[in-house]
Amino acid sequence: MTPGLEHYLVVSALLFCLGLTGVVLRRNLLVIYMSLELMLNAANLALVAASRFTGNLDGQVMVFFVVTVAAAEVAVGLALIVALYRRRQTAHVEDLTSLKL
Amino acid sequence: MQAALFYIFAALALVCGFLVVANPFSRNPVTSAMFLVLTIVWLAGLFVLLHAFFLGAVQILIYAGAVMVLFLFVIMLLDLRAEERRRFKPLGLLGGGAVAVALAVLLRAAIHEGVPSEPAAAGLEGATEPLGRLLFTRYLLPFEVVSVLLLVAMVGVVLLSKKELK
Repeated sequence: MTPGLEHYLVVSALLFCLGLTGVVLRRNLLVIYMSLELMLNAANLALVAASRFTGNLDGQVMVFFVVTVAAAEVAVGLALIVALYRRRQTAHVEDLTSLKL
Repeated sequence: MQAALFYIFAALALVCGFLVVANPFSRNPVTSAMFLVLTIVWLAGLFVLLHAFFLGAVQILIYAGAVMVLFLFVIMLLDLRAEERRRFKPLGLLGGGAVAVALAVLLRAAIHEGVPSEPAAAGLEGATEPLGRLLFTRYLLPFEVVSVLLLVAMVGVVLLSKKELK
């Protein structure tokens, strides 16, 4: 049986849930960031599949923009993490509680 | 053939994605990054199966090539030995699992709402030419805005990585 839109969407949903679990579960800022990338990729897969099965290229253009924005986001986020590490010597969310009341 | 490839790529992507999030053998961020590279490569395979050839190439060139190398640089830069000693908290495990399962149930309901199962237009190919034509006609303004966004991100990164902010 050739895979339909549903198959791709199920894979995309599972990957998204995995990424969300990572964001909630892991305590390392860098791994949290990687889980965010996983979620973005899952959304990309859903967009490409929808684009293929509805005969519309708009989804693929959207993926193009998502990839660009993700690259910019990674650059800024990693620069923030490095700046944070320089000041606090840690990349763990548990050690960053100075905004807590 | 295509179905077999789909199942192989999807299974490998899911397994590698799981190993990014919760690797039972190693808590090292470098291992996570490597498995994320593998996940991205299998996703590029899925893109090719969906006839999105240009995006498959972009996925490998930009994600696996540029973004993950940046990640690895930063991981090596910040010496993260302490990570390997930390354990998962049971509450975190429970909460993360509960959130993911709830979202999975929600998405399952949304997916089974009713989707067309056949490719509508057989002529739809994600080749470079139609994609580029669309990008420079209907999506010209977003394209220009994204270029400004990249410039802003670049300036921001340069500013953030300066030693002393004046």
